[in-house]
Amino acid sequence: MADTTMRTVRELPEPTGKRFTTTSVILLLLPLVLLAGVLALIVATDAGLGDRETPPIETLNIPKVTLPEPGQIELEIVNDGPDPITIAQVLVNDAYWQFTIEPGNTLDRLDSATIAIPYPWVKDEAHAISMISETGVVFEAEIPVAIQSPQTNAESFTRFALVGFYVGVIPVSLGLLWYPSMQRLGRKGMSFILALTVGLLVFLAFDMWEEAHEVALGVAGAFDAPVLIPVLVLLTVAFLMLVGHLIRDKTGDAKGVPLAYQIATGIGLHNMGEGLAIGAAFALGEAALGVFLIIGFTLHNVTEGVGIAAPMVKDRPAWRHFVLLAMIAGAPAIVGVWIGAFVFSPLWTTVFLAIGIGAIIQVVIDVSRLILRDQQRADEPAITWPTFGGFAAGLAVMYLTALLVAA
Amino acid sequence: MSRNRMNRRTLLTAGATGGALAGVSTLPFLFAQGTPPPEHPEHDPAATPTEHGGHFLSSTVGDIDVERLGWDPSEFVSSFDYGEATTMQDGNVVREWRIVAVEREIEIAPGVFFPAWTYNGQVPGPTLRANEGERLRIHFVNGSTHPHTMHFHGLHSAYHDGVTGIGRGDILPGESHTYEFNAEPFGCHLYHCHSTPLKRHIHKGLYGTFIINPDPAIRGDLARSRHPDSPDSSEWQEFVMMMNAFDTTFDGENEVYALNTVAFHYMKHPIVIDRTRPVRIYLVNITEFDPINSFHLHANFFNYFDTGTTLDPTLRTVDTIMQVQAQRGILEFSYANHEPGLYMFHAHVSEFAELGWMSVFDVR
Repeated sequence: MADTTMRTVRELPEPTGKRFTTTSVILLLLPLVLLAGVLALIVATDAGLGDRETPPIETLNIPKVTLPEPGQIELEIVNDGPDPITIAQVLVNDAYWQFTIEPGNTLDRLDSATIAIPYPWVKDEAHAISMISETGVVFEAEIPVAIQSPQTNAESFTRFALVGFYVGVIPVSLGLLWYPSMQRLGRKGMSFILALTVGLLVFLAFDMWEEAHEVALGVAGAFDAPVLIPVLVLLTVAFLMLVGHLIRDKTGDAKGVPLAYQIATGIGLHNMGEGLAIGAAFALGEAALGVFLIIGFTLHNVTEGVGIAAPMVKDRPAWRHFVLLAMIAGAPAIVGVWIGAFVFSPLWTTVFLAIGIGAIIQVVIDVSRLILRDQQRADEPAITWPTFGGFAAGLAVMYLTALLVAA
Repeated sequence: MSRNRMNRRTLLTAGATGGALAGVSTLPFLFAQGTPPPEHPEHDPAATPTEHGGHFLSSTVGDIDVERLGWDPSEFVSSFDYGEATTMQDGNVVREWRIVAVEREIEIAPGVFFPAWTYNGQVPGPTLRANEGERLRIHFVNGSTHPHTMHFHGLHSAYHDGVTGIGRGDILPGESHTYEFNAEPFGCHLYHCHSTPLKRHIHKGLYGTFIINPDPAIRGDLARSRHPDSPDSSEWQEFVMMMNAFDTTFDGENEVYALNTVAFHYMKHPIVIDRTRPVRIYLVNITEFDPINSFHLHANFFNYFDTGTTLDPTLRTVDTIMQVQAQRGILEFSYANHEPGLYMFHAHVSEFAELGWMSVFDVR
């Protein structure tokens, strides 16, 4: 790797050794000055297109709909179109309704506003909210199942923390409890378990990718959230690999307890994503089958503990490591539920999920390397029955337990 | 827009203070800004607080800018345009109107603007009214950018039918035409543009009511109350109401329903009725996209004359009638035995009611 870099550098033209002079600074700034001039010209002349006489382009993003109390509906809206929007009237279930809008009913590009509607919403029923603009364009928001939004108080904080504990900390800890059994495994057994870890991580990455895209659809179009996902994933992988290389120069390839921590971190970000999904489902009233949803996620996440424990089998780490690993991988679910239920933001959720995908991909690379090295040491090809079987089993277990989360 | 917000604040303040008042009696209080609530000793204000401790109002917020609109729906509802009448040497009357088709934006709900096609800049167009047997000449000028016509529901020649491709056909932008025919049969009729595509030319706003008064000399005493020359008619309080709707998103479904164009206008500005005098309504359904519309009167019953072409009611003692598009009729009723108050009337298609076709009479 280093050699290649060196060669590439040599092929570049030799630096002339000249320092910046007045001329070179002017030459550096010239294109920028010209660009500013061209932009000014375009603005001044409308790029030769003449005055735009078409109706304004109106698009509205509705990141949040809440039911803070009986008889009250609240909406957050963001103007993500190029032109200002004036919200003239509001309808609930095809009936014009009284409302207030703060700070005002005209929204410039990327401005946001809060609409409050005194409406006697009916528990467990669907409600549709329409906003009609000055020009008669209609924007729609949906409440699939009307349930009062969680209140931000100590009781709900505790309740949601418990939910996060059930879906995050408990299953990961239970999975880690297989550690003693895993120590009895032979080399082939270990290959199987490590490959299983890769399988489940790959599944989680795909799972998060789907989730991220779903959430990204709710982000104001101007932010281009769907493109943000691959960009952040690549950046995260590259950054973590950079950090990994810096560490590895001293300690060699990732393995053992440090690798377990890496896996736990990736899984932690994933579980935070799950927490967000659960919290948001509660907030949106979609979690009518709340208990079933929690059971599903709990079962789904047990395998994650196995994945974290796998690379440490030969290390005999101190028990505090297990507690810490369980917290790193599981506790973010609690934070996720809180965020999802109280301050859900599609944009930030997309960002977190994308970073999580990057972290998991980086861990997949490290664990795969570990398997590859073990296989080479045993003079075996990378794909043997134990590694293939483990990989397939990891994917299969995650897929099958995911069926339980039929939210 | 600041005007709207101002109005909304006023409304909400009124809503908060009036929250404990009972039922319908608070509606005008909320809508009629600046008017104090009527004294009503029989109702204890605190007696029937509604559920959730407040009122839930299905209505638009704010009010339209009547000056900007160019006509006032509260005046339109009782305006009848008799045009210019000339009595010829043979004693026959020729009645003439000048109608110009123009395009303009109209405010159909507070803050919601619709790019309308109009007759004389208003929707509905002027209510043309004539007496049975007169010669009518409607000088039509197309001042818009699309071909238009005036198609009258009445008796006339094919040449003056006002339909694309038939007789005089489309009147192109800048062109004009005089539609000419006799005023017959008597009744409650309508006119509208019949250019193609028909749906668009109607729902964009090219329509109006066309009334022909029965001649008592031919039809007998029963016709007297419907003829302006007879003193009997002055006793009546007459109104014209077109049930119309607007598709602001152009998807073939209406976003706003109304009586005479502006959603909830007669909720915010109740139509004042003198209960000692009888009421007659010329009602026309011109709603596009929906198969029927309806009219329901609260706390009262009326006689109904379908199409208004008879002097005997076609339906007696009803409180709800339905009309298909272009169906129309005359409603006659009285509040003589009612106590004063606010009496609602609205489409008994609840959806239309909540989308704007809801009104009240302020019976005094």
